[in-house]
Parts: sequence; C-alpha cells; structure tokens
Amino acid sequence: MSTLVETPRTGAEINYLNADYGWKSWLFTTDHKRIAMLYLISITGFFFVGGFFAFLMRMELLTPRGDLVQADTYNKFFTMHGIMMIFFFLIPSIPATLGNFLVPIMIGARDLAFPKINLLSWYIYITGGLFALGAVVAGGVDTGWTFYTPFSTTYSNTYVMAAALGVFISGFSSILTGLNFVVTIHKMRAPGMTWHRMPLFIWSHYATSIIQILGTPVVAITILLVAAERIFHVGVFDPAVGGDPILFQHLFWFYSHPAVYIMILPGMGVISELVTCFSRKRIFGYTVVAYSSIAIAVIGFLVWGHHMFTTGQSMYAGLVFSALSFLVAVPSAIKVFNWTATMYRGSVSFDAPMLYVFGFIGLFTIGGLTGLFLAASAVDVHLQDTYFVVAHFHYVMVGGMVMAYLGGIHFWWPKMTGRMYPEAWAKFAALVVFVGFNLTFFPQFMAGYLGMPRRYHAYAEEFQVYNVLSSAGASILGAGYLIPMVYLVWSLWFGKRAPANPWGAVGLEWMIPSPPPTLNFDKTPVVTWEAYQYHEPDRPEVEVGR
Amino acid sequence: MMHQVHPVRMYLTIFAVLIILTFTTVFVAELDLGPWNVFVALAIAAIKATLVILFFMHVMESSSLTKLFVVAGLMWLGLLFGLTFNDYMSRTWSALGKWW
Amino acid sequence: MAANTEVVEHGPELRHHFEQPDQQYQAATLGMWTFLLTEIMFFGGLFAAYAIYRAAYPDAFASTSQYMDVIVGGVNTAVLICSSLTMALAVRSGQLGQRNAVILFTIATMILGAVFLGVKAYEYHHKWVEHLVPGFNWHYEDSRYAHHAQILFFLYFVMTGMHAIHMIVGEGLLLSLVIMAWRKKFTSLWSTPIEIVGLYWHFVDIVWIFLFPLLYLIGKHKL
Repeated sequence: MSTLVETPRTGAEINYLNADYGWKSWLFTTDHKRIAMLYLISITGFFFVGGFFAFLMRMELLTPRGDLVQADTYNKFFTMHGIMMIFFFLIPSIPATLGNFLVPIMIGARDLAFPKINLLSWYIYITGGLFALGAVVAGGVDTGWTFYTPFSTTYSNTYVMAAALGVFISGFSSILTGLNFVVTIHKMRAPGMTWHRMPLFIWSHYATSIIQILGTPVVAITILLVAAERIFHVGVFDPAVGGDPILFQHLFWFYSHPAVYIMILPGMGVISELVTCFSRKRIFGYTVVAYSSIAIAVIGFLVWGHHMFTTGQSMYAGLVFSALSFLVAVPSAIKVFNWTATMYRGSVSFDAPMLYVFGFIGLFTIGGLTGLFLAASAVDVHLQDTYFVVAHFHYVMVGGMVMAYLGGIHFWWPKMTGRMYPEAWAKFAALVVFVGFNLTFFPQFMAGYLGMPRRYHAYAEEFQVYNVLSSAGASILGAGYLIPMVYLVWSLWFGKRAPANPWGAVGLEWMIPSPPPTLNFDKTPVVTWEAYQYHEPDRPEVEVGR
Repeated sequence: MMHQVHPVRMYLTIFAVLIILTFTTVFVAELDLGPWNVFVALAIAAIKATLVILFFMHVMESSSLTKLFVVAGLMWLGLLFGLTFNDYMSRTWSALGKWW
Repeated sequence: MAANTEVVEHGPELRHHFEQPDQQYQAATLGMWTFLLTEIMFFGGLFAAYAIYRAAYPDAFASTSQYMDVIVGGVNTAVLICSSLTMALAVRSGQLGQRNAVILFTIATMILGAVFLGVKAYEYHHKWVEHLVPGFNWHYEDSRYAHHAQILFFLYFVMTGMHAIHMIVGEGLLLSLVIMAWRKKFTSLWSTPIEIVGLYWHFVDIVWIFLFPLLYLIGKHKL
C-alpha cells in the first residue's frame, strides 16, 4: 500500500553529504543543505561563547557583593552575552539551519531561489561574527546589546565600533536569508503546492522573513549613525547639539522588537510540525495558525515603544504602544490554543522532540503572559530594568525558542544526517534542560518583582537566595545543553542508520531518503493533498525519489 | 514574461515631465508659501517618484505581487514615521514638555 | 504520478533549480524588488531623523539653506534624471536584443553617474572650505543656530554620503553590464541583469529626488 521507504540506506547511496568531498566542496557549496550544516556548526560555536559569558555572570551573582569582577567588566559580560546570543545565535538559529535545509524540500523545490546568495549570507554572518569576536578578544564592549546613546556614542571607552560593525554586517546575512525565503516561497512551490497546503513551518518562515526584510535595515542605519557619531564626535543623538537620545531608542527598537518575533516565529513553526506528528493528528485550525504568523509579524512592528515607557517618550505614545502590545499577544495565544487542541484526542507519544514541545508550550505561555504584565505601562514603571524583564525574555527565548530549536534539531536529525540519536539520552537531556531552566529563571521573576535591578554586578543582601538558586539552575541548564552536543556528535558515527521516515510523519521531506540527495527530488512532485494528513488511512504517495 | 516594449517616445515624455517638475520645485521654493513650501516640495517629489516607479521601473504593467511589494514598502515606511512622530508630536501634551 | 514539465527552449543561463526561464526571471525581479524594500527602510531611518529635527529646529534648518547651492544641486538632479532615462533606454534595448545600444546607453548612464559624483565631490570640498563639516571642521557664522545646524549638516553628509556609496556600487553594477553585453551574453530572450540593475539605479535616483528638496530647498522660509 505505502511506497514510503522504510529500509535503511547503505553507505553506497549518494546523498548531499557524500556527493562530493574536500573542504572546497563545503566552503564553495551552493547546496542549501550543506549551507544549513555550515550554519549549524557556526551557530553552535557562538551559542557556547554567549553561554560562557552567562556562566561568568552567574558566578559573579552568587554573592551580593561585586567580588569576582569589577563593575565595568561585568558590564562587558552582559553586553557580550546579549550580542552573541541575540545576533549570532537566536536570530539566525532556526531559519539558517532548519529553514535553509527544509524550506525548499517542504515546498517541493530543488534549492532556494538564490543558492549563491545563500552561501554569501553565511560568509557575511561569519565576517560579522569575527568582528564581534574581535571586539571580545580586544577587550570587550560595555554598552549593553542595546547600545543606548549617549553612552555608546560619547562616553564608552570600549570597542564599540568593532562590535557595532559586527552586528551591522551580520544584519545583512539576516536580510539575505529573509529575501531568499520570500522569493523562494512565492516562486518555487511545486505544482499543486498552494499557499494553503504548505506546512505551517513555511508560513512561519515567511512571516519571519517579512520582519527580517523590513526591520533589519532600520537597525543597520541606526548602528551606522552611532558609528558616525563616534567618528565625527557629534551627531543626531548628541544632546549637546540638540539631539535626542530617545530617537536612537525609537530607531533601535523599531527593529529590535520585531527581532524578537524573528526569534520566536520559526520556533512556532517547528512546534506546529512536531505537535501534529506526535499527536498523529492534523493541526487544529490550519488557516488561523497560518495567518496568526503573519499577524504576529505585522502587529509586531507596531509595539516597540513598550521598551521605552520609562525612558522619556510621551505618555500618550506610551498609551498607544501599550494598547498595541496587548493586541500582539492575541495571535500568539491563538497558536497556543490551537496546539493544545491538536493534542486533544490525539494519539500522543512522548519521544524526545515531543518533550521539547511540552516544555515550549508551557514555558512560552508563562513568558508570554509575563510580557503582558510588562505591556501594562503602569506595572512596567515598577518592573522596568528589573530581573522580571530578564526572566520574561528568557522564558520566551530560552524556554520557548531554544526548546523549539532543540526539538526541531532532534526531529529532523535523522533526515539531515541519516542517523538516529539515542532516544533515552535525548529524553534525559530534555528533562535536565527543563528542570535547569526553571530553576535558573523562575527565581528571577521573584527577585525582579521584589526590586532587584538588572545589569548590576552587586545587589542587596535580600536577593541572594534567588540568585543562588538561579546560578545553581544555570549549571544544570548548562549540563543539559552539553549532553545533546555529546550524543548528537556521537550519533554521526555510531547512531543507528535512519530510514526515510522514522517518525511516520507526513510532509515532502519524509518522502525522500535520509540524508537527501543533492537535488532533493528526482522528479518535481505534484501535490494533490492538504497538509497534515495524519487522519487519512491511505496517506499520499508520490514518486519523488529513489 | 518580460514587459512589453515601449516606444522611445514614452520614455522621453516621462523624462521631460521629470525635468519640468524639477524646475518647478526649484521655482516654487523661491516663493514664500509659509508652511506650504515643504508640502509642495514633497508633493512634487512624490509625483516624480511615482512616475519613475510606474514607467521607468515598469510597475504599471508588473504583476500584482510586485505592486503589493511596492505598496508594502511604502506602508512600512509610513509605520516608522507615523508611530515615531506620534511620540514627538505628543511630547508637549503632557508634563514632559518640549525637549527641544 | 510525477510532473515532467514540457521541454522549454532555453539558453545556458537557466539554472538547474528552476523549471522554466520565466520562473527564473520572475524570481530575479522579485528578489531585486525585495532588496529595494530593504533600501527603502534603510534610507527611511535617515529621513525620519531628518523630519523630526527639522520640525524641532525649523529656524536653524532654514538658516542652512544659504550654504546650499540650489543651481548646482538642481543641475545634479537633472543629471541623475538623464541617467535614469539612459538606463531605461538601456533596458529597452536589452529587450530588443540590440547589443550596441545596450552598451552605449549603459556607458552613457555611467558617465552621467560619474558627473553626479564629481559634482558631489566638488560640493563636499566646498563645505570643507566653508567650515561646515561637523566635528572635523565646523564654524557656523550664526551663533544662534551653531548647535542645531550641526545636526542638519551631519544628516547632509550621512544622507548624501550613503546615497553616493549606493551610486558607486551602481557604477560597478553598470560596468559589469557593459562587460556582459560586450561578451554577447544578452539576447532578446534574456536580458534580466539589465532590468534588475535598472531597478536598482532608478531607486537610487528616487532617493535623490527626495533628498534634493529636503536638503537644498529648505529655503528662506520656515516650516
């Protein structure tokens, strides 16, 4: 009945990994799957650099006094942690790895629209990363990842230019990835792959790409203005000549708020794929989930002022931004309802990717709700610049996004590498991550609410218990992240060989071998079925490859 | 596939209009229209830009998707301006007062 | 059931991941339009800054107009509009497969662009001589506006400088078109690169269409 391939491939089969050998075949590749792997390795590297700074911060915060490092040094820690994690890990993470790998396959294409631009995007990312790492090695930056003026333009004596340049350059990598995805999704869909038959992973990457295209250029010009002001020693943000530092914040957050949706939307796309597969059920409310991704992308551009309630914008503007911030929570909440409804009366299994799904749904909900607390401008007056904010965004970004990333990496690992990871270890690591994460960040809600400010290396004695719990949690969380590093690498040589469809999932990527051949499909598929056909006993078959 | 080929005359006509509008905007700037100077200048610039977009960049006969992209770009520019000005124009409404 | 698209006549320019030449053409133009959207937002940030400060300091901004040479700026505007005409005609020649016309019109565009940049360089030099470069060489005669005028001139240099950088990149793109046309790469069936470089060039022209009135024609009259 089913022509889905179930038997493992032998090493003699040609796939994208063994089609060509040598470093040149990797560094000059235009194959979207190889570029995804290049990104995977480099992103992991930056993740651990950023994680190292987090480790240093949590060590300092074990004690109330500033006894490990000077305040200036601590400022450099949280700056580099933020820059590395946001610009060089979270923003590219899923789109550049899973997105690059899967977007063409999921829509039935042989590659992205612009393969060479895809490779260029990786080189630009590495160049930007080298500038940022250069800033670290040379002595660091202490402005915070937010580069607020006039400190960054006038008073900071650290390597602001190098770090700013690194961020500026990496922004183009993000823009080119988004550009590639938008054109690919518009123009490269296989026959029959209508917009409403596309996997939700594609919808969320389309929405992400909109933000990358329309938002990133604004932060690019803003960083350029900061750099120009450092060079000219005068500029548009300089109060001495009548400039307004708040203008920097407007221009900066115009991108940086939508940037958080760049970070979370791909994760939401992953969750839609995983929750359907591991509930053996189609998504509840496909159209609503699809358009909620677009809604998040659009409304996300209208809320940036909620970062500036207390810094000097007018109260009226604060009112407008507050109301719009409440609005943006709605499409996210809709997704949470729909995922939950998908699981209802489904046949739920608890494989490791699904454990990450459970973690995501719960932790993202907490993070999202606490975002609403902060969106209420009156409450924000109390909570701004406290650890409550820190906990909020770590819940959505780490409890949400990084969990989705890990879930997606595990889910598609057999497809990308042709190997299965060890399931027991994966489940264990997921639990360690969940426990470590909550122990790290839940106390921060409490410390922040009680008044502990963020970005301080010393704090009042009464907050110590929360900080000790948090640092203890951080070490557990770190271990939880190291475990998959070990077994995933191990699996490349010793893991069980994976069949084309180890999960019995639905989607074009599961109809081609693991790992896929370089051109993905022998013959362009013709799609005649809706997405997520888990409920059909006779699932679609199509002759797409060997 | 590609757009239809237009006669050279079409491009020359648009060119002539653009040059005339340039003269116009310089001329009008010399007059004192009070607050209307900047609006007239921007309006003329907008007309020139529209002509370039529709005829030199062939958006007139492009697909709906291209037109949608152009409109979306202008809308997003509008969002940037609108919500930022929303702050600056309302600074004087409350106790914050003028920062400038 | 598989789709074998019907065999389509195409030259060597059809990339393997596209099914049809038309698909590749649409992808290329959509890609360039998407890139232009990013440019709109990039310059948009600068225009937003300009608008806010002009509204805040109308008198200071108006006082700077005496240092802007409207004739020079106006001539430069006309030069750029001419270059848009020659660019559009180059695209049209590409559509008709007229190799020599493509080369001539593209070179004409390059020359006009170079004239624009030369005039700009002259203006920059003039600003330096008049001590109107913020931070490096600044002395403003009207002390009432000495501070706020620095903002305008800072924006002047950043905005026209950014524009000039985009022009220089454009010159490079035009040069590559000349080389491709010389090597007979373009036919009436395929001249996509000319068209997409054309889109880029026209966009850079549009940016100047807005820069000119905002920087040169602030006028003796307040907002």
